[in-house]
Amino acid sequence: MSATSQILDWTAGAQGIAYQCCSACKAVWYFRRNFCPHCGSAPPEEKQASGLGIVHAATQVARAPSEELRPYAPYVILLVDADEGFRLMAHGDSALKIGDRVRARFITLAGKLIPHFEKVQT
Amino acid sequence: MSYISGVGLTPFGKLPGRTTLDLMSAAAESALADAHLERKDVDGLLCGYSTTFPHLMLSTVFVEHFGLRPTYAHSIQVGGATGFAMVMLAHHLVESGAARNVLVVAGENRLTGQTRDAAVQTLAQVGHPVYEVPLGATIPAYYALVASRYMHEHGTSEPDLAELAVLMRRHAIMHPGAQFREAISAQDVLASKPIASPLKLLDCCPVSDGGAAFVVTRDPTSDSRVRIIGTGQAHTHQHVSAAPSLTEFGAKASVERACSAAGIALDNVRYAAIYDSFTITLTILLEEIGLAPRGQAGRRAREGYFNFDGPLPLNTHGGLLSYGHCGCGGAMAHLVETHHQMTGRAGPRQVKDASLALLHGDGGVLSSHVSLVLEAE
Repeated sequence: MSATSQILDWTAGAQGIAYQCCSACKAVWYFRRNFCPHCGSAPPEEKQASGLGIVHAATQVARAPSEELRPYAPYVILLVDADEGFRLMAHGDSALKIGDRVRARFITLAGKLIPHFEKVQT
Repeated sequence: MSYISGVGLTPFGKLPGRTTLDLMSAAAESALADAHLERKDVDGLLCGYSTTFPHLMLSTVFVEHFGLRPTYAHSIQVGGATGFAMVMLAHHLVESGAARNVLVVAGENRLTGQTRDAAVQTLAQVGHPVYEVPLGATIPAYYALVASRYMHEHGTSEPDLAELAVLMRRHAIMHPGAQFREAISAQDVLASKPIASPLKLLDCCPVSDGGAAFVVTRDPTSDSRVRIIGTGQAHTHQHVSAAPSLTEFGAKASVERACSAAGIALDNVRYAAIYDSFTITLTILLEEIGLAPRGQAGRRAREGYFNFDGPLPLNTHGGLLSYGHCGCGGAMAHLVETHHQMTGRAGPRQVKDASLALLHGDGGVLSSHVSLVLEAE
């Protein structure tokens, strides 16, 4: 695990977005697993994403699922197409629109670290 | 060859004091009576699942509770597509000779059997437990993400979506079992409480109590029967983050498989029963399947194309949006209504011609697709 331990991954509480890619077929994906879902090769490479991407879809959630999350509502949930070629779900600024160029920072939501995107000023 | 020889459906809505097993039993009782069969005639049982009564072996719990002795029984789970998936399996079981009379049943007190938050949180678990659920995502949020992209690419507007909610309500008003029977306008939908933009409260189906059942048989057992002539499925992803596209799901492929098995063209279809968990779900399914051009489902609904007396009647009981949604039984109400239409028993909602029907259900976030083609006798 020493090679992967330098990769920062928000799902493990570190400020970064991790993804995987296949050294055989070059496929790229987000949800961690120990083989390539396209060709089956193993093991995949662990990589660090730049945190840059484009907004693919966006919604403002008014109805939070729990008492714990109610104070945060309304919040914006995005699907972002990362520059590295995978798609991820994250929070984002309320003014973001489909097609906006964005960069990730990290916030705490009900005690958990999560990615939050803001517009890249061009 | 297989037949749906009987159907049963409870009213949907608030049915306090009735458990999952009560609702399953009521629907099963009525489907058996409709098929002119008794408990001893049932040699196959297929069940869905219930979020208020999670059990590892719901089918055998029901065998014991209802008093059956089948030679084949189990439950299956593909979310909202479960009901039609059970019909597809029953069709194959009957055709293969593994069973003669298969009872398909689902029911759940999803509305009164738990708190609103519990229902929302349980359903949100179709999302990814590590990468999606911790973000505070909900089922409406997953579908709202799909809606934002679909509207961006195909020019669908919020008033277009609203037309489908209005259409479903127009039909529900004519059904005594529907959860919501007060007329609504597109303006009411647009002004309803925001849930997850662009979806408002009236773009979303309600949570309901209810039950539904069918009997799929090798030989016809009653005069009220229809033939299952084609079935198909498609599954491309589970989580919206991993969907290959937010504008092309598996619906078209699934319907094409069912039509090809039935030996029919889409143009031959006279009645449509399409899954409508949200107005965007119905919009996408109608347009991807090809029952409306891209971006035109709302316009067609507004112009009366899908009315019970229009060129292609759609969900004449009011759909999930207005008849209600009790889980696995939700889409099964679409089939019960289709059966009533095809056998001339839909009363004031009776359409002129329901000789050939297409049914399509989806589970998850447009993840699991099942299509059925039924033909009147």
